[in-house]
Amino acid sequence: MSENMTVKNNSVLSTLGNVFTKVKSFREGTLILIILAVCVIMSFLSPYFMTWGNWRAIFLSFSTEGIVVVGMTVMLIIGGIDLSVGAVMCLAMCVAGRLFLMGMNPWLASIIALAVSAGVGAIMGYFVTKIGLVHFITTLAFLGIARGSCYVLTQGSPLSLFTLPASFKFIGQGSVGPFPFIIIIFLIIVIFSDFMVRKSSIMRKVFYTGSNEKAALFSGIRVNKIKLGVSVLCSSLAGLAGIIYMSRFGAATPGFGVGLEMTTISAAVIGGASLNGGEGTVLGSILGVALLSIITSSLILLDVSVYWQDLVKGLILLFAVSVDHFQHAKKMKA
Amino acid sequence: MSSEVVLAVQGIVKDFPGTRALDGVDLDLHKGEILALVGENGAGKSTLMNIIDGVLQPNEGKIRINGEEVVLHTPLDAQRYGIGFVHQEIALCQHVSVAENIFMAELNTSKKSLVNYNDLYKRAAEILAPLGAVDPKKRVNELSISNQQIVEIAKALSLDCKILILDEPTAALTESETDALFKIMQDLKAKGISIIYISHRMAEIFSQCDRVSILRDGVYCGSLNIAETDSKEVVSKMVGREITNLYPPKFQGDCTKEEELLRVQGFTDGFRFNDISFTLHQGEILGFSGLIGAGRSEVMKAICGLHPKIGGSVAFAGEQISISHYEDAIQRGIVYLTEDRKVEGVFLDLSIRKNISALKIDQVSTNGLVDRHKENGLSDEYAAKLNIKCASTTHDVSSLSGGNQQKVLLAKLLSIRPKVIILDEPTRGIDVGAKSEIHKLIRNLANEGIGIIMISSELPELIGLSDRVLVMHEGDSCGIICGDDINEKKIIHMASGLEKVGV
Ligand SMILES: Nc1ncnc2c1ncn2[C@@H]1O[C@H](COP(=O)(O)OP(=O)(O)OP(=O)(O)O)[C@@H](O)[C@H]1O
Ligand SMILES: [Mg+2]
Repeated sequence: MSENMTVKNNSVLSTLGNVFTKVKSFREGTLILIILAVCVIMSFLSPYFMTWGNWRAIFLSFSTEGIVVVGMTVMLIIGGIDLSVGAVMCLAMCVAGRLFLMGMNPWLASIIALAVSAGVGAIMGYFVTKIGLVHFITTLAFLGIARGSCYVLTQGSPLSLFTLPASFKFIGQGSVGPFPFIIIIFLIIVIFSDFMVRKSSIMRKVFYTGSNEKAALFSGIRVNKIKLGVSVLCSSLAGLAGIIYMSRFGAATPGFGVGLEMTTISAAVIGGASLNGGEGTVLGSILGVALLSIITSSLILLDVSVYWQDLVKGLILLFAVSVDHFQHAKKMKA
Repeated sequence: MSSEVVLAVQGIVKDFPGTRALDGVDLDLHKGEILALVGENGAGKSTLMNIIDGVLQPNEGKIRINGEEVVLHTPLDAQRYGIGFVHQEIALCQHVSVAENIFMAELNTSKKSLVNYNDLYKRAAEILAPLGAVDPKKRVNELSISNQQIVEIAKALSLDCKILILDEPTAALTESETDALFKIMQDLKAKGISIIYISHRMAEIFSQCDRVSILRDGVYCGSLNIAETDSKEVVSKMVGREITNLYPPKFQGDCTKEEELLRVQGFTDGFRFNDISFTLHQGEILGFSGLIGAGRSEVMKAICGLHPKIGGSVAFAGEQISISHYEDAIQRGIVYLTEDRKVEGVFLDLSIRKNISALKIDQVSTNGLVDRHKENGLSDEYAAKLNIKCASTTHDVSSLSGGNQQKVLLAKLLSIRPKVIILDEPTRGIDVGAKSEIHKLIRNLANEGIGIIMISSELPELIGLSDRVLVMHEGDSCGIICGDDINEKKIIHMASGLEKVGV
């Protein structure tokens, strides 16, 4: 009788254990566990942490960045990197803002701004594929070019856009029931792109290219076309984020989005993307950006000085990259 | 040969996830002998050598050097005990000069903070001289694969080692380079250095080695003195069955009367090859011979849109086609197997399945989405067809032995049911048994009406399989031979530019 009990107990325990190792065995699982742990700890430390208001703020803070993270993830998968996302995001904002102030319909202005950011992506893609520069240098140059253009367009001071029509402000400020509209846009983009990254044949070609570009060429993949496409995608998503921010804040600020490349690259790497290319998932990267946001928000709730925030984020990135490195080393040796 | 044992491994066990690569292996190496190590693809040869070199750690077992038990944590430890290792896969720094690659270990441990490059180049040239003409100042990525292999060997020789391990060094070498290597091996042996030599070529083993040790499926199957055995015995011990080395029967009749699949005319790239023309017919195996560097691979790549050309036309099944990108060729069913497996061939960190389906991902997709069932089904079918030795096709290709990686590439080509297959060194690194299987497979494909072009530096293979052979010399065609003309003497004669036929 008691023997029976222990057997049963054991099996329950072992299935629990199995579930645990299964969850841990994929990157997203580990991240979810870490996020849960942070939440549990925080709910003890701060009564405000587990409130709807706080969570709404956290979600809002990472959902627009999350859109940029999607592009960055694909960029890392193909083995590239895009340092210009913050500047391109700001450029879209400033272009749309300037056009609106010149009397253009805000929707048309936004579409033109999106086209401009896509165009920047295409030009960067051209330099990478046709001229043969590396992503790092090309996007570094365009970080400067795009940021400079923002200052030129705005003459260095923020454009105030309080006259934006309510219908346009709805993108960044409206909500559907209790859910801010931004979060809905974000969820749609994330769910769709996560699905595409996992399943679509075009994304498979991106993985092949990132894994071994030469072998991809020798598998009949039009590597340059794919690289160009990814560059356009990454910049366009940054542009979209810029439009959303403009609608949310009712302003276009030339210094906005500085350091966004660091946040998005960190998020993707924490989520399992590899700087060597060939690896990464949208879900992982989004969990990465969520973790960074939750930590930032926790530090604020705990009254830690803002000066500490970048330091802590840096440490988390270092930790994530080290874990990744050891996992790879183990895989090679095992 | 003295019987002093310089290296002894005992009871080595090595487990990888899902497989036991080595299961209690023993091996003795005597002073001043050349010991051949043979076994099928995936038998565990490279794994054992990686353990002796400290790259991998065994799960069980002991290593003794000169009778003293040692633990080798890293290749640096192994170096200190005088072990030099030429890996199966070329592992050089691609963007660094030949000389710096050769002396990497020395530069690494040197106390000096400045490098005397003139001295470095001079010493590199000295080591390279007996092996072949390689410029020590060139960057490695500018070299042909055979020259890269030479640099690998020179790198090991520079270490002044007591035990030298050569893992399939000749798979990528030309004949003259191979001969040079053998001469060096005999010199080293005379100096009392012991060599472990891994190869799938029985002829080399019987001409160069003193003893042969046999591995089968990770189990040690004994050692034989070369003088007291023959290749039949060795092969049957390592494969566990008899291998008939007979090539399948060639095309009956005149294959040029069959329907024309490919007509290549006046191919020129103004650099590596010049005015190459030939036809390929249904059911034909057309061999391409020539010394390495004769431009054979470049012609094939140009046909597939993988190498630029400045003149020439291709007709496919009677219709003029233009191929600007390899994808166009694949769509028509023309596929190319690269000779550079590691750089241009496999996606090392992707699964076997994803590697096999890479050539035509649309084939296993519906509405732009990859259909996992289709992909798995197709990949598993071809993995089984080619007998790829793996625990599961979900594992990364990097976990496969060299020969099995080669089979993955073959599976990838066949999975799209091509009409014209261009094979560049198709059996490089493949074991004796699998090799004759692949020869049969190639002939069967031809019999199904597929046209096959095969580049091979192994003359017996080329002669045994080809219905016709086009010989190239320094980028020019020396003509096409068929029937009894396909023999070693004639091909070598033509390949060295001494004779031309019909052009
Ligand atoms: N990192 C790894 N992870 C998992 N399995 C591995 C790994 N490395 C090797 N193996 C497996 O170990 C076995 C022995 O491989 P090894 O490379 O030693 O073969 P080999 O005798 O050198 O073959 P070849 O003649 O093809 O070079 C193979 O079944 C291979 O799949
Ligand atoms: Mg091997």
